[in-house]
Order: sequence, then structure tokens, then C-alpha cells
Amino acid sequence: MSADQKPNQRPELAALDDATVAQALTRMHLIRKFEEAAEASYMRGLIHGTMHLSIGQEASAVGTTLPLEAHDYILSTHRGHGHCIARGAEPRLMFAEFFGKETGYCKGRGGSMHIADVEGGNLGANGIVGGGLPIAVGVGMSIKAQKNGRVCMVFFGDGASNEGAFHEALNMASIWKLPVVFVCENNKYGMSMDIGRAMAVPNVADRASAYGMPGHCLDGNDLAGVAAVAKVAIARARSGEGPSLIECKTYRWRGHSKSDRNLYRSKEEIEEWRNQDPIRRLEDELKAHDRFDAAALMKLEEDAQRDIDAAVEFARACPDPDPKDLTRDVYAL
Amino acid sequence: MPSDTLEAVSEIRELSYAEAVREALAQAMEADERVFLFGEDVGVYGGAFGVSGDLVHRFGKERVIDTPISELGIAGAAVGAAITGMRPVLEIQFSDFVTLAMEQLVNQAAKIRFMFGGKASVPMVVRLPGGSGTGAAAQHSQSLEAWFAHVPGLKVLQPSTPHDAKGMLLAAIDDPNPVLIFEHKLLYKTKGHVPAEAYRVPIGKAAIRREGTDLTIVGSSIMALKAEAAAERLASEGISAEVIDLRSIRPIDFTTIAESVRKTHRLLVVYEGVKTMGIGAEISAMIAESEVFDFLDAPIIRLGGADAPIPYNPVLEKAAVPQEDDIVTAATNLVRRGEA
Ligand SMILES: Cc1ncc(C[n+]2csc(CCOP(=O)(O)OP(=O)(O)O)c2C)c(N)n1
Repeated sequence: MSADQKPNQRPELAALDDATVAQALTRMHLIRKFEEAAEASYMRGLIHGTMHLSIGQEASAVGTTLPLEAHDYILSTHRGHGHCIARGAEPRLMFAEFFGKETGYCKGRGGSMHIADVEGGNLGANGIVGGGLPIAVGVGMSIKAQKNGRVCMVFFGDGASNEGAFHEALNMASIWKLPVVFVCENNKYGMSMDIGRAMAVPNVADRASAYGMPGHCLDGNDLAGVAAVAKVAIARARSGEGPSLIECKTYRWRGHSKSDRNLYRSKEEIEEWRNQDPIRRLEDELKAHDRFDAAALMKLEEDAQRDIDAAVEFARACPDPDPKDLTRDVYAL
Repeated sequence: MPSDTLEAVSEIRELSYAEAVREALAQAMEADERVFLFGEDVGVYGGAFGVSGDLVHRFGKERVIDTPISELGIAGAAVGAAITGMRPVLEIQFSDFVTLAMEQLVNQAAKIRFMFGGKASVPMVVRLPGGSGTGAAAQHSQSLEAWFAHVPGLKVLQPSTPHDAKGMLLAAIDDPNPVLIFEHKLLYKTKGHVPAEAYRVPIGKAAIRREGTDLTIVGSSIMALKAEAAAERLASEGISAEVIDLRSIRPIDFTTIAESVRKTHRLLVVYEGVKTMGIGAEISAMIAESEVFDFLDAPIIRLGGADAPIPYNPVLEKAAVPQEDDIVTAATNLVRRGEA
């Protein structure tokens, strides 16, 4: 914390030192720029298939993962670029994967919806809504059996919380007190289905009580607030007390995927959430407390943009996989 | 007996199929602490078919884990444990309930290695008691192995003898891929010679159970045994049948089938799963596409389960899957047709 900062900072923000905040902001910028570059690449025909952008949800991805340690695991979703970057994955290898190149994290076999960075503890995004939840239970079992002190954080959407997999996974993780943190990114919609029509209780976090675990319902656009709660849940998991359910209420600015014409939500609603931009909110708060000046903040953003531009150029220049290797990794030998 | 039984060093003793599976589980757990068992009622209850028996007392509740009734959840948990360094062996109480776990087995376990560009593997084993004949009717009697054999990334086994049940399970636990083992419920009490040591029966290798010259009968699981019994009767009628026990559906040992057909010139495929779109179709097509086709003296015959759910009534239940008599009749017709 800088010596000259103004008093009356809320404790959640005060708890994050300048280096940590700078890292968090950098990652939020990287996510935003990654998604914008992905969109631009799509328009330029560089991307095959579809994509699910998480612009607007950056504080949730970065805040929840900020208190994780290097050896901890995450499991992600179809809207997973942000989680990947938040965990420190290299954007150039992510773009290479996204562009289907042999140099990508998964050698071009996974693509946007399946990026995994196994060495970095990212056990994969998932094309199946809710698919990662039961897997996280097994990762938790594995951590417990190996007594390696790690934690597994698994992301999913509000829509996924209506899948049987969610209920089975939360119950199992709880009865066995597994070191798992369940993070629901509630962006109000599962494709076009709004949660008010899809769920019988108002908050996903309310469901935690059925599984005997703490449920935290958060403002998911508040980086410091999210990080503070994640820290508690991660500590609880690590100490053997069992899982928690965190619900980050947030919003995706873009459509569900590239084919979305956004007919189910109003311009006003989107505008209202854009005004709660998690990146600007954090920057404004940091400036108000004199922790960073405008020039320092601008530099973080520009550096992120440069990294992303270089990542796209790297990925474009990489080779496609060789069709003769098509079945190479179907089975382990 | 196949040559991989290590007969020379093994003590001669008989075990039931269920005991053979249990012995494999115990030996795998003793040898490797990453191995754990997992499933509904596998602990104190000892497994719905008594397969896990006393293992919870020998290895503790941490390694023989009773799960809630959550097939999707437990299949997924096995995936998660497998990709992070464990060797889970999961029991799906009746193979029919695998329908609830399809997502994790088909979309996750089978594809993770491929989707991750070879950077992770999923060394898990799923044991699935299947098949008809117990009067449990349509939702507890199916033979679903062909479904899974259709999925690249999975391996699918169907051991028919106590010897293979043990040796193939140990091979499956060693295997770095997801392996599904369909155990026929009617076989659990059958007895046979099982060596005491921890031997392996290689995955993807069929066994020639009986040599013959007039036709080849290919089957697996209980159908391989029925085919052997049928071959005995055919012999007394002067027909010499070669019987191949597939043991492994994926990968399939086409070489052994092809060599046999080259010799006998006739092929009968017998399987308990529904006849249409099944294992018989695949084997027939493989022959049709290969140069062995030119060796055929008669059209291939497929003898599969009826295109109907397994009924409750015992007379109907028997009629719904191939029986020894059906094999004898089909084999006789096949040989006569080839001679005509
Ligand atoms: C099992 C399954 N059902 C349906 C889909 C199609 N689908 C992909 S994303 C999505 C919406 C998911 O909503 P949510 O879980 O809230 O996540 P969000 O997209 O809002 O991040 C749907 C229906 C799928 N991929 N998997």
C-alpha cells in the first residue's frame, strides 16, 4: 500500500497491496483486450467455429482466482477465456489454440471451448454446460487422497446450476468435505433464458443451504469484494472444512455467442450494466484513494493491449496441425 | 487356455467370476495406493452383486468409497480423480444406470486426452454389470457395450471367464485410458481356474476357445460360453466350429477373426445386444471390406438380441436374446447353405 493514500478505503480494497492490484488490473485488461481481439479476428475470418465472450465479467474471473496459489487447480466453462488468463495462461498460446494451430495449448484440437493448460493447473474449459462440476469433485478427492494441500475452483454459469450435475457435485463435495470452491458467474441469462424464468429461488447461492455449505451472493463486478470472499472460501477449502458456493452477479456485454441477435434483452439493460464496468470501477476507486495516478493506470492498459496484439500476430503465423496426426492423441500409449 | 496365463507358476484353484474380480481389485489396491474403488453400496454392503465383498474391511472407507446415488456425479468424479493422479475404479451398480452417466463418459472421459492435445490422460476403469436372464426386465437387463465401442477414446471389454475377469481388470487398471468392463450378471457365480498371482490378459486380444474348420463363431461375454456349448453339440452332428471369444470390443482383434474365417470360410456372429446397428454389423462390415470377403462360402449370419426391450416374462426374456439352440440352428443352416 502506498504511504500517501487517502484514508477510509474499504477493507476489501485495503487488503490488496499495490502490486496485487496492478496484477489484477493487468489481467482484467488482458481479458478485455483478448476478447476484443477475438471478436476482431472473427470478423477477419481468422476464427473457425463460435466463441463465447466474457466482456463485462472480468472482475469475477480475476477476483476469485486472485487468492489461489500456483499449484491450485481450476476448471472452466464454455465462456472460459477469462478464467484461463486470470490463472496466468499465455495469451499467445491461447490465441494459437483459438486459431486451431499446432502450437496452441491443446495443439489445435480443443479450440475456444476446450482450452486447458494442464501444467498451469487449468484442467480445461468445457463445452458441456455443468460438465466440469462433477470433475471438480474427483479433483477434490484426489487432492484429499494425496494430501497435497491444493484447492480446486470450478466455474459455471447460472444456467448450469439447473443441471443435475450441479446438484450431485455439490452434495458429494459437501458430504466428503472436499477442497472445492464452486463459483457461479451469474450473468442473468442461460443463452436467452433469464434466471427469473429458469430458477425457483432468486439466487443461485440460496441453493448452498440444501448442501450444507456457505453460499455467498456477491456483486460480481467488484474486484476487491470478490477477492475478499474468495479468500475466505479458499482458506476454508484448504483447511479441510469443505466446499463453498460463491455467486458473482455480473453481466456479459456481448451476445451469448456469435449467432446471438440479442432479442431477449433491452439496450437500456445492456447500457445499465456497461455503466458498472468492473475495470473502470476499480480504476476510479484506486484514483480516488490516490493509489495509482491516471498515467500509471493508462500504462497498464497499454501494456496489455501490446501483449494481446503480439499474441494475435504470433498465433496467425503458426502452422496448422498435420492431418496425418489426426488420431495421434485419441489413446494414451 | 491361452498362453498368457502363466500356468507354470500358478497354483491351481477355482474361483468364481465375482471372486476373481475381487481378487484383482485387492491386488491392484495392494500394489498401488492410487487405486481406489468407488460406487453405490460397494462398501459395507459389499456391492449389489457381492463383488467388492470384504474389501472395505481390508482397505478402509477411504479407499472403498460408498457414493450417493448420483451416477453422473460419480462418473465425473472418477474423471477428475484420474486426470489428477489417481486410478479410480468405479462400479455402476447395473450397467443400465450408465445412461445417467453418459455425459461424463462420452463427452469428458473419452475426449479429454484428445481435446487437450495429448497433455492429459484419463486412467479410469468403470465396471458395469450387464445382461439379461435375471428377470429384472427392461431397465436392469440391457447389453449396452456397442454404444461405448462407438466412441473413440474409450476401451470396452467383456470378459467371459473368471480367469479373464481378473486378468483383464488388472490390465485395465494399468491402462492409461478410460476402460469400461461389462461383466455379465449371470457369470458372477460361474467358476473357473484363476491363478493366484497378479497376471494380465492383454486388452485387444481375442481368445480362440475351440478350434474348428467348418465355420467360425464369434461371441463375447456369455455368448462366447454359449457358443462353446453349441460347438460341442455341433461336433456331435459332424460340424466343426471354431469359437472365438472376442473379450475386447474396442479395440477389436480383427486379425484373429480374419484368420479364422480364411480357414473356415463361414462366419456366425453372436451377441446379446440388440441386433440392429450392433457388434455383428461391425464385424460383418469389416469382413466385407477386407480381402477375407473372397474366402466366404456363404453369407455371414448375425445372431443378436431382439429389437425389443428385455421383457419380464421368462419365456419372452429367453426369446429376446440368442440361446444355445439358436446358435446350433444358425450354425447348421450356415454350413448347409455354404454346401448347397
Ligand atoms: C448440456 C448442455 N446443454 C446445452 C448447451 C448449449 N448451451 C451452451 S452455453 C448455454 C447457456 C449456458 O448458460 P450459463 O450456464 O448461465 O452460462 P453463460 O453462457 O451465461 O456464461 C447453453 C444452453 C450445452 N453446451 N450443454
